[in-house]
Amino acid sequence: MMRFLLLFSRQGKLRLQKWFTPLTDREKKKVIRDVMALVLARPPRSCNFLHWRDIKVVYKRYASLYFCTGLEDQDNELLTLEVLHRYVELLDKYFGNVCELDIIFNFEKAYYILDEFLMGGEVLETSKVAVSVSMENADTLQETMEEYMNRPAF
Amino acid sequence: MPAPIRLRELIRTIRTARTQAEEREMIQKECAAIRSSFREEDNTYRCRNVAKLLYMHMLGYPAHFGQLECLKLIASQKFTDKRIGYLGAMLLLDERQDVHLLMTNCIKNDLNHSTQYVQGLALCTLGCMGSSEMCRDLAGEVEKLLKTSNSYLRKKAALCAVHVIRKVPELMEMFLPATKNLLSEKNHGVLHTSVVLLTEMCERSPDMLAHFRKLVPQLVRILKNLIMSGYSPEHDVSGISDPFLQVRILRLLRILGKSDDDSSEAMNDILAQVATNTETSKNVGNAILYETVLTIMDIKSESGLRVLAINILGRFLLNNDKNIRYVALTSLLKTVQTDHNAVQRHRSTIVDCLKDLDVSIKRRAMELSFALVNGNNIRGMMKELLYFLDSCDPEFKADCASGVFLAAEKYAPSKRWHIDTIMRVLTTAGSYVRDDSVPNLIQLITNSVEMHAYTVQRLYKALLDDISQQPLVQVASWCIGEYGDLLVSGQCEEEEPIQVTEDEVLDVLEGLLVSNLSAAVTRGYSLTAIMKLSTRFSGVNRIKKVVSIYGSSIDVELQQRAVEYNALFKKYDHMRPALLERMPIMEKSASNGPTEIVQTNGETEPSVVDSKHPPPVSQPANQANDLLDLLGGNDVVPVIQTTVPTKPASAGGELLDLLGDLSLSGVPTPAPSVATSQPSFLLDGLSSQPLFNDIAAAAIPPMTAYNKNGLKIDFTFERANPNPNVAVITIHASNSTEADMTDFVFQAAVPKTFQLQLLSPSSNVVPALNQGTVTQVIRVLNPQKQQLRMRIKLTYTLKGSPVQDLAEVNNFPPQSWQ
Repeated sequence: MMRFLLLFSRQGKLRLQKWFTPLTDREKKKVIRDVMALVLARPPRSCNFLHWRDIKVVYKRYASLYFCTGLEDQDNELLTLEVLHRYVELLDKYFGNVCELDIIFNFEKAYYILDEFLMGGEVLETSKVAVSVSMENADTLQETMEEYMNRPAF
Repeated sequence: MPAPIRLRELIRTIRTARTQAEEREMIQKECAAIRSSFREEDNTYRCRNVAKLLYMHMLGYPAHFGQLECLKLIASQKFTDKRIGYLGAMLLLDERQDVHLLMTNCIKNDLNHSTQYVQGLALCTLGCMGSSEMCRDLAGEVEKLLKTSNSYLRKKAALCAVHVIRKVPELMEMFLPATKNLLSEKNHGVLHTSVVLLTEMCERSPDMLAHFRKLVPQLVRILKNLIMSGYSPEHDVSGISDPFLQVRILRLLRILGKSDDDSSEAMNDILAQVATNTETSKNVGNAILYETVLTIMDIKSESGLRVLAINILGRFLLNNDKNIRYVALTSLLKTVQTDHNAVQRHRSTIVDCLKDLDVSIKRRAMELSFALVNGNNIRGMMKELLYFLDSCDPEFKADCASGVFLAAEKYAPSKRWHIDTIMRVLTTAGSYVRDDSVPNLIQLITNSVEMHAYTVQRLYKALLDDISQQPLVQVASWCIGEYGDLLVSGQCEEEEPIQVTEDEVLDVLEGLLVSNLSAAVTRGYSLTAIMKLSTRFSGVNRIKKVVSIYGSSIDVELQQRAVEYNALFKKYDHMRPALLERMPIMEKSASNGPTEIVQTNGETEPSVVDSKHPPPVSQPANQANDLLDLLGGNDVVPVIQTTVPTKPASAGGELLDLLGDLSLSGVPTPAPSVATSQPSFLLDGLSSQPLFNDIAAAAIPPMTAYNKNGLKIDFTFERANPNPNVAVITIHASNSTEADMTDFVFQAAVPKTFQLQLLSPSSNVVPALNQGTVTQVIRVLNPQKQQLRMRIKLTYTLKGSPVQDLAEVNNFPPQSWQ
């Protein structure tokens, strides 16, 4: 299973953090600090895997954002690259040519999409279409209620 | 109260902040506004405020005052509220928070909600961060949802069940009935999560594993369909149908087939098919191949299949993609133990990977190279590894150096090669080697008798070049101290002997003493080396001068050594040659890790040193306790008899530790295991020197300890030079009666401030009519210099009847304990 999923920029600003194991705030901050330092220090054309403590860290850079996850021993690193790629594709489909700003201003949507794709550190749905359909329906549900209440969404 | 600003407004505003301080100010202002809004219990804008709080939390600011608000949002009826509320719960309310459990009821209600997306939210939250208590409470609901026909809910329930099982393994049983027809689903989401659930159950319980083995044919069928089926747009990734599912099935098959012949048999075909038919041009295909290889290696596959797997890994090694090379090296490392020969075939490719630019690949390649070294390829491999050691980053040097030492130790084709290799490591990576490599190397050099001249010459030359690498300098000074005579006499056979004078050698050693680059330990080495040369070189005066100078050194260790060496020159000059003579061959009784060095010479037998437990003790143990009882005092310590020449019991061990501080033999003190064993040599060596015994014995007069019923026991004394706290007493038992005294046992006890060690007696029979004596050696440690007292117990059999006696010995001559 994945232990965590982090999205951060080249300047070290965190854009999304998903934790699949219970950690204290202090521990989380430490993990973020350490992993960010390790990943940001890597030269451009290196291998996408590294070892940190007892975790395999898999990261991939998409434009200005690093997508970074921590795996356990049994997990398949090459497949995890595909998982990260699939998440980017889902974001891209939802936002239409996604860029970092989209994720900054709509971070809650990024989380919702993630929650339709992964759960408990494992892949939940392998079909791109199914995830998009769920998101659309849930959004409709949200808007319907908002329209009903005659109030703007936040 | 005006409406709180929108989320996007806030984000825009915060991003305009130019400094950290400015950002902090804006955030504090907004937090204050949010806090007052929360206080007013404003339902309308609660979700907006919590959303803003979550944004600020992501920037790293505290947001705990929003925890209860998240709970209120979750309890709300609006979907928007619930969505943000659950997100907030997942970010702020992990199981370490007190309010975490308050969610349980809300989640329970939402699990039964009419809208599947609300149910989905609840399942997601529970499945990501539910605590054990929550899982216990809600497992029933999850189990119910696992049986629903709604595939959206079913897949979420499956992963939620996985989380429940991880948190509360005992609940695994309750999910068993629901798994019955999970695999007959068509929906890929459900299939995938079901396979994950089954994997989790099989990993945790051997019973479950046995139970689910019957699913192997079904799994094989599903996998086959995925491979053979045509293009499916929904699940296609670069031409491969649902790789995520394929990989998970392969992983489950791996677990099911492990150590089970029938299951492994059933999967052979499909594994071969996947291995040969998968498209390898993209990462996806390689991910599946990778998983397939791992599965083949783990189950009981036929040999043809295994060879196929290793060849796939070999192809991976040649792939341009770094990730694939890395993954190949990692897998080969896992399989090198079981399929050593097959991996050997790829050795040259692996060694080439040492030159890769990527750090991760280099590390894996290094580990794998060390695993592949054997007697046949040692020379070639070592060349490559030494080249790697020269050019690699500092982070690798320590591990590489250790690896080289280990490999050299195991497979060295010749002693000269071994010494050359170690020298190469010390000169290139000298500051990164482990601490125990210095004594190891010294021991190795001592044992290669024919290489002494060559070794000392090479080390001397290395010293001339560079004195900054401490381990090298330490070994070199030790060697020069030992074999300096070979160095100046130019006796080297292996290579062109160099011309060097005694003065030049002393210049070098004295240079080490004064250099800023030398560590304290190194200085100790060189001083001892200089001292040793006093018996090997002709010009002693220079050495005497150096030694006396350092008698007032600020460094306490150096000062002590110098003072004692000075004493050797002045008072014990006759003993100097004996003390400083060549070290004998040391035999290693264990390799790897702390070295146990046992001295062997003609007289003593080698024995395995076990410093933790006292050597096996027969009946004297309980008799010693009897002694204690009889003597009834708290001030006596029973003595455990030991047999020569095993390592002394703990009492003796401490005895020798004191001696360990002084390393006249030049062996370094930092290595503790060496220190404990060296002194035993030192003491043994000293006590076997007749010269020393005679002189010392004359200093303390002998005495009669016991004389009754025809049994007379005399004590003769020696002092264990150089530690004046240890007295070595030899008892001489003689029998003036007409019959032999058989089963003679001598025991002694001393007051608590002393420590005593009894060695084996020369015999158990004291012959009649003073025809011979039984001797036994006692060593007494007297650190507080108190008056020596002893209680002795004697048992023997005379003319068939057992005799036992106790006595106190108080008439020790003052010189024995002062």
